[in-house]
Amino acid sequence: MLTGTGTGTGTGTDGSITAEDLRGQVRGFLAGHDPAAIGRLEFLRARFDAGLAWVHYPAGLGGQGLPRALQQAVDAEFAAAGAPGNQPERIVIGLGMAAPTILAFGTDEQKRRWLRPLWTGEEVWCQLFSEPGAGSDLASLATRAVRDTGGDSTGGWTITGQKVWTSSAHVARWALLVTRTDPDVPKHKGMTYFACDMTAPGVEVRPLRQITGEAEFNEVFLTGVPIPDSDRIGAVGEGWQVATGTLMNERVAIGGSAIPREGGIANAAAAWREQPGLRTAGLHDRLLRLWADTEVARLAGERLRQQLAVGQPGPEGSAAKLVFARLNQEISAFEVELAGEAGLRYDDWTMRRPDEVNFYARDVGYRYLRARGNSIEGGTSEILRNIIAERVLRLPPEIRLDKDVPWKDLPR
Amino acid sequence: MTQATHDTHDASGTGATRGTQAAASAGLPSLLYSDTENELRAAVRALLQDRAAPAAVIARTETAETYDTGLWKALAADLGCAGLLIPESLGGAGASYREAAVVAEEIGRSAGPVPYLGSAIVATAAALSAGDDELLADLAAGTATAALAVPFPAAPGAVPAATVRVGAPRDGDPAGVARLSGTVTGLIDALPADVLLVPADGVPYGLYAVSAASPGVTLTPVVSLDMTRQLSDLTLDGAAGRPAATGQAAERAVGAALTAGAAMLASEQLGLAERCLEMTVAYLKERRQFARPVGSFQALKHRLADLWVGVTQARAAARYAAACLAAGDPDVPVAVALAKAACGDVAIWASQECIQLHGGIGFTWEHPAHLYLKRAKSASIGFGTSGSHRASLAWLADLPAPDAAAGPRGG
Repeated sequence: MLTGTGTGTGTGTDGSITAEDLRGQVRGFLAGHDPAAIGRLEFLRARFDAGLAWVHYPAGLGGQGLPRALQQAVDAEFAAAGAPGNQPERIVIGLGMAAPTILAFGTDEQKRRWLRPLWTGEEVWCQLFSEPGAGSDLASLATRAVRDTGGDSTGGWTITGQKVWTSSAHVARWALLVTRTDPDVPKHKGMTYFACDMTAPGVEVRPLRQITGEAEFNEVFLTGVPIPDSDRIGAVGEGWQVATGTLMNERVAIGGSAIPREGGIANAAAAWREQPGLRTAGLHDRLLRLWADTEVARLAGERLRQQLAVGQPGPEGSAAKLVFARLNQEISAFEVELAGEAGLRYDDWTMRRPDEVNFYARDVGYRYLRARGNSIEGGTSEILRNIIAERVLRLPPEIRLDKDVPWKDLPR
Repeated sequence: MTQATHDTHDASGTGATRGTQAAASAGLPSLLYSDTENELRAAVRALLQDRAAPAAVIARTETAETYDTGLWKALAADLGCAGLLIPESLGGAGASYREAAVVAEEIGRSAGPVPYLGSAIVATAAALSAGDDELLADLAAGTATAALAVPFPAAPGAVPAATVRVGAPRDGDPAGVARLSGTVTGLIDALPADVLLVPADGVPYGLYAVSAASPGVTLTPVVSLDMTRQLSDLTLDGAAGRPAATGQAAERAVGAALTAGAAMLASEQLGLAERCLEMTVAYLKERRQFARPVGSFQALKHRLADLWVGVTQARAAARYAAACLAAGDPDVPVAVALAKAACGDVAIWASQECIQLHGGIGFTWEHPAHLYLKRAKSASIGFGTSGSHRASLAWLADLPAPDAAAGPRGG
């Protein structure tokens, strides 16, 4: 029997691969590929080709078709040897959204072309979904893809429109792109999904400055951008199904390690303990509430992890995101007030493009402002409440006016 | 940002094994329900649905016998719920607070008028701590029901001052018997009890077992906000008591009882909240106004979504408290404070929403919504309010209150 935690000592009794087998494979691979002797990229490409990149992917595409839980043993063995990794935190969208979409909906040729440089980090991916006129209502999007007339038989497409809130667009080589190809049918039916080469002519990326002063995100203007039909993912008109598949993978993993007690409120609690002069009765009551709510949210997150580990995925993920956003906002607001005069200062308004967003590394003012985005990004809290009400509680859907109307006739 | 991962599990291993591993890897106990717990839940729910239907529960509140002793016997003895915490060697089930919490959830769902919390949890926890095997054997067999004589609002963490005094034994009293006098108000589950465990001051402080039927014992029913858990006031006038524990052992027994009571009441509140949410969702799917189901209005959907989130959060806290108690974890004080605060708040929230979103029918005597509101509000005071449990975090979590002597901030 396969075990997810790598306690096996050899080939499983049914002949299946165990974690120990995989550790042996890694040691064998390392014997032939000394990370100290060859370049990082060369090492990562070879690891991919050996099926040790993501063991749950198919053979020939960096994996061996094994249970995902076995990956932990492989990663640990490589880490123990000091081997270079693919810096997953820099390619979150590629690993978390593009790869599963390509695997599920791409052609064999597309999988061969894109998955290896995606996994090694050579090619960063971003996501061109939201538009100024299509946020929560993503399916109303207006970026047009028009099939070229004439030319060769495979044809191609020309894209015109504007996308927004795109992380990593300025460093991305590829984008997941959803477009409108048929305005004459209802909105969910006239969409088509592509991979967009971000180096193609007509792609313009502009930083989108946010309320914190910096620009984590971009606006992307697409003006007559050519895309070959071979870069279409899924059938013409089935872009919504592919996009839904991508969004199903939009997740921030509950992760391998549990959050410690006080994880989300550590800064506030430390400030409270260290500066008795700042304490007031009103703030004390709020702190105790926030501390309790944070700890309960941590337990609920742990319960969700446990459900997932035994294969009972529950709908609590939506609850976790709602609670996380609220707590982050309330805790950071509390911190500003606790800080008193120091809360009137701000560390840095300079427009910059941060490589990595570290919420806890900056001052309270930054946390207060950045947290406002938590209830907007990745599904607004209002949309999450709709999802809980309709998909968990099965309350009747909202009366819809846009389902059977051709997209071009929708009021906007 | 935390959000669900839906593809990290595989089909290998049994659920129980993987669950244990997942919990162990995080350093936290399993917060899920085991198969055994789910089976126990099903049996208890079937009994309560059959014997504690809302109309019957409402009708009983206006009779002389507000506790359903027949139902309690079926639950306590036939299903063995009275002996869940009691070792098998004394005739109990040798189960733990995890299983006991599941039964409490079901009682919360039904608002069933049975003395489970007072007898099978609070008095049993006191007797377990005191090592009163004689009483435990009777409790496990279902031949005795017991109650701890403390006011319902008594919170864990501070043993309440005893209001009963130990007097001198009378001529002819067997050795060890004490004569107790005094009054304790606001007892839960004492009306159907055969044995009262009475903390009494004297030299030393002690916990005494008093037969409820013995001379000098008067239990006066109180017209109570919670009609499904009627309070009573106890007056002892030279009643005979058998010492179950004395000195620090008695204080430990009372402390253990209050801690267990708060934790299991939290699970009861969780069950109550869940039931109120279910009833409300069902009603909003069915009720039509403005030619559409009321539940299709976003203003109401969002309220129920928020309540559902509150219930999922409270469930994790209740499970953690039960698991900590079951394992004797040193984190019990924090776990119980979190659970009682979270579940107490969500129970009131859910029962209030239940009435509001049912509209007029929810305000009638006929509809059971008021049973839950009354029980939730009353339970929120029992074994410590949410506010007092959060306040205990000031020292449990080292978040000290402002120093009043320091004067106003900045001054």
